[in-house]
Amino acid sequence: MQQKRLTNLWVALILCVGSILMLAPFVWTISTSLKDQRNVFEIPPKWIPDPATFKNYITAWNDSPLLSGFMNSMIIVVFVLVIGLFVSTMAAYAFAKIEFPFKDAIFLSLLGTMMIPFSVVMIPQFIGFSHINWTDTLLPLIVPGLFGNIVVIFFLRQYLAGGLPNELVEAAKLDGSSFFRTFWTIALPVAKPAVAAQAALTFMHIWNDFMGPLIYLSSPQKQTIQVLIASMQSQYMGSSNYPVILAASIISMIPVILVFFFCQRYFIESMAISGLKG
Amino acid sequence: MKKRKPSYIRKEYAWAYLFVAAPVLGFLIFGVAPLIYSVWLSFTSWDLVTPPKYIGLENYVEVFHDEKFYKSLYNTVFMMLGIPIGMIVALLLAIMMNRPIKGISFLRTIYYLPVISPIIAVSLLWQWILNQDYGLLNQTMWSWFGIQGPNWLGNASWIKPSMILIGVWGGVGGTMVLYLAGLQSISTTYYEAAEVDGASAFQKLRLITIPLLTNIHFFVIVMGVIGAFQSFSQIYVLAGDGGPQYSAATVVFYIFENAFKYFNMGYASAIAWVLGLIIFIVTLLQFRLSKKWVYND
Repeated sequence: MQQKRLTNLWVALILCVGSILMLAPFVWTISTSLKDQRNVFEIPPKWIPDPATFKNYITAWNDSPLLSGFMNSMIIVVFVLVIGLFVSTMAAYAFAKIEFPFKDAIFLSLLGTMMIPFSVVMIPQFIGFSHINWTDTLLPLIVPGLFGNIVVIFFLRQYLAGGLPNELVEAAKLDGSSFFRTFWTIALPVAKPAVAAQAALTFMHIWNDFMGPLIYLSSPQKQTIQVLIASMQSQYMGSSNYPVILAASIISMIPVILVFFFCQRYFIESMAISGLKG
Repeated sequence: MKKRKPSYIRKEYAWAYLFVAAPVLGFLIFGVAPLIYSVWLSFTSWDLVTPPKYIGLENYVEVFHDEKFYKSLYNTVFMMLGIPIGMIVALLLAIMMNRPIKGISFLRTIYYLPVISPIIAVSLLWQWILNQDYGLLNQTMWSWFGIQGPNWLGNASWIKPSMILIGVWGGVGGTMVLYLAGLQSISTTYYEAAEVDGASAFQKLRLITIPLLTNIHFFVIVMGVIGAFQSFSQIYVLAGDGGPQYSAATVVFYIFENAFKYFNMGYASAIAWVLGLIIFIVTLLQFRLSKKWVYND
């Protein structure tokens, strides 16, 4: 027992050192973002900024349309999250609990889309969307998401297949509940935790998405937060103004980190579950 | 004549089709249609301005003689070294975390933080840390050990290791969570039996833990390889021109340059198909090989 406790102590120590290494880049970034540009190149580097200033955050916020970047990212998130997730849940319910002709064939061909690399469809999609003049709008980033997402469908299907008893669905049917009502009042409440988990993940994916928005959005007012931050790079790195660009980076991280802290359980569990079952 | 199904069943079919209609439509519009279009594009020469010109297999012939393509493919595969490194670190972390230690969930959160952080912000943060003269890494190495650090992102032979470092730091928490879930599903009886037989900690790791996690090793490798083949954003931020001597450019970065910088839509599509085919074959091969080493219970 004594030895076990000692091992635990060592393990805890190693993990703590490791976590410091993991956190150090973040702490260093925050520290730099609070420094005056003149003090950034001090040797040796100082961890605690002296004097500390919020000025870089104000500069970053004023010089770039970060607010509209936030709004644009949020608009995409809201539409895809609300409609896309609902559509995915509906499909997942049908795939999990209803028997209908060609079900497996349809499901498998949907799963097949997971195999298609984005780089193959990105060029034709871009050409298609420019044909209908949707470039430099948020539509190419919203509309495909409204049709649901196969990864989400797959996850929710697994969840409903195990978590929603067939008897419950049959009983509702016998009581004369319509198809949609059975879904709404029986399946949806059961699926709720899984839907919440997927919502958290979807939020993260959309918020952090870069390549799609980069391709479609050219004017700063239309860009999502990630594209804006990346374009600030060329603006500030040239003059080595690290504090401002890092302040902007931190601003862009806040929403996703907040969501993570509030929905942590969902995040980690659903990553683990989708990992094991995938 | 075939007997018609009763109307209540037909009605249920109709509802079910309605429920799956949107994803199927999306699949056709944003999956199948672009796929077909992309095949055709790859046989053309098109700059988006003048009308596309059909040139047969010329693009594909060019891909196979294109040094830049091979270079970017080599870079992409090289950076996959981060997968085994990340797996080893993640497994060790998971084993350590799979103990009754106070505050473990807090530590888990810290290791997981880079996984959820936006890759753009993370790349900028590392650009500053890896700065040759004033970066935290080189400064610390100098003041602690007297080692003069390299120009991490500006040197052709250091930029790939830098990318691997950033990738491992950013991904290890996710792999760790997978391993943690796997470890918790291993029955303790194996370890108890091994202890009775006097097995050492290393033997237990080699003979019980690692073999019983094969399904997770497999998942991590398959997803890691697919992900690495498609890496782009980090390169775009940290090596906007592909890095010194194009030493950081990945295949997707090369596709992006061809499509949206030089507007060679046809050629870019051809490279994309070659990449898609490579991913498909490698993944298929991994599934075939998995029968030899992955245990499923």
